[in-house]
Amino acid sequence: MNALMPTLDGLGLRARAAQLRGRIIDMCHAASSAHLGSSLSCADVLTAAYWHVLKVDPAHPTDPLRDRFILSKGHAAMAIYAALAMRGFFPEAELATYNQDGGRLAEHPPANQLPGVEAATGSLGHGLPLAAGIALAGRIQGRDYRVFALLSDGENNEGSVWEAAMFAAGQRLENLCAIIDYNKWQATDRSNDVLALAPLADKWRAFGWDAVELDGHDVEALARVMQKVPNGSGKPVAIVAHTVKGKGVSFMEDDNNWHYRAPTAAEVALARAELGLS
Amino acid sequence: MRNAFADEVTKLGMVDPRLVLLSGDIGNKLFDRFKAAQPERFFNCGVAEQNMTGVATGLAMNGLRPFTYTIAPFCTTRCLEQIRTDVAYHEAPVTIVAVGAGLAYAGLGPTHHACEDIAFLRAIPNMVVLAPGDAWELRAAVRAVLAQDRPAYIRLGKKGEPLVHGGPLPDFQIGKAITVVEGLDVCLLSTGNMLPEAVAAASLLRQKGVATRVVSFHTVKPLDTACLREAFTRFSLVATVEEHSLIGGFGSAVAEWVSDHLAGGARLIRFGAPDQFFKKSGEHEYARRELGLTAEHIAERLVRAISQPAA
Repeated sequence: MNALMPTLDGLGLRARAAQLRGRIIDMCHAASSAHLGSSLSCADVLTAAYWHVLKVDPAHPTDPLRDRFILSKGHAAMAIYAALAMRGFFPEAELATYNQDGGRLAEHPPANQLPGVEAATGSLGHGLPLAAGIALAGRIQGRDYRVFALLSDGENNEGSVWEAAMFAAGQRLENLCAIIDYNKWQATDRSNDVLALAPLADKWRAFGWDAVELDGHDVEALARVMQKVPNGSGKPVAIVAHTVKGKGVSFMEDDNNWHYRAPTAAEVALARAELGLS
Repeated sequence: MRNAFADEVTKLGMVDPRLVLLSGDIGNKLFDRFKAAQPERFFNCGVAEQNMTGVATGLAMNGLRPFTYTIAPFCTTRCLEQIRTDVAYHEAPVTIVAVGAGLAYAGLGPTHHACEDIAFLRAIPNMVVLAPGDAWELRAAVRAVLAQDRPAYIRLGKKGEPLVHGGPLPDFQIGKAITVVEGLDVCLLSTGNMLPEAVAAASLLRQKGVATRVVSFHTVKPLDTACLREAFTRFSLVATVEEHSLIGGFGSAVAEWVSDHLAGGARLIRFGAPDQFFKKSGEHEYARRELGLTAEHIAERLVRAISQPAA
């Protein structure tokens, strides 16, 4: 904890992101579960968070001073399970129990069961209010941790997101950062066709946040912006991360069938080859 | 009851640094003393109850003990999923405090009535559901939830309710009903702000020669099953009284327990609100008269029941 800021190792982070994507694809295939595209689109955010930004210690997962990461888009559970296991919060072997009878790794993250999982999410629009409360607790208790919440773009449909946005801006929760995985798809349609989402960054700005737009697959850019929270603006920070659903595998990219589809063994092999994994 | 709540939470806030008060833009001046004493632990969360409940959960996850406060439908049904998934599933020690139980805000119309909240809240795992019968029970309930480590719901009346107890209740326990009036002929089990009415009904019944026990079930969940077992064994007629729908409330909870645990035994009569919105204008007393939730009506119906046993 409170270690010096790690040196940004772009090459290392990109290799981690590819490994993470490989884990996710393996899990999805083994469990035949949904939400592969959504998990792949945020893999670079999770890589920046868990391998560069977050002050967390897998040996002390409930340290009161730790940074918090709330996966508000809980349907990307595979991504956070794989990241936490690879970081040593629980054994990597446990990933094989994903979606199996009797395990801890459900299709959405559970409450109070898995080290490193800060909150049970899956119903959209819950994570940011929770994150705001945790950020506020830090202020009340004089602890200077940061709180990051990863939201999906479709999640921005939920009114509770904007309730929390106004609350956090009103309370000047500058230790809070919302990252929006803007992959342009939600479950059944283009996210800008379902509701009027655009201009998304301007919406966050209008709600009193310091909003930044960036390429959500540029893991170094993500790491740099996230690392600067709180950034001195006195405002909570919104990172509108432009991403591609299914990123990393050519035949999955921007194809919303992969919101629900799981890959065959042959498709897994192709995907792993594209990712440069053995 | 709301003034007693403000007073009690202010006193507790002075001695317990974990206590945080979140208000849904309600209670003009009600919490001024709390705000003056603990400005860093009072938050007007605006008219945004989903966020207020999520924020409270985040605070509770980090060792604080938040209370959320607004009018009953807004801090229960409006944000029910946040209560279920955030507060209860995470076992976060948040206390949800609702003012305006049942028809206490009758005059404000059905948007402000709350005759379904007990049903919703008690169906949620991990929730403790409290409906104190007077301001003394309320003060004790607030202290009791702070001393435990679980999610809780406290359902308040409004203001100016008659006091039933003579003073503080140092022996108050969550889940332990309090016998308020002793009697051997019939037993009235009351929850929440109907307690003064139940006590008045017992007085009327006594005048007619029916000795009535009145028990305050300030806790609907967990139910005091020892008390129920004794009552349904000793009495041939037991009645529940609540300002809540007959679907899913306290009377339902008692009926469920009787059905699951007793064969035969006492007859159960349930007083409560019918399965309909109360659409007429008018104040609390009027609404209670219309719905038969008055001492007179309760006494009358019980006298009839005693003289005409059910077939």
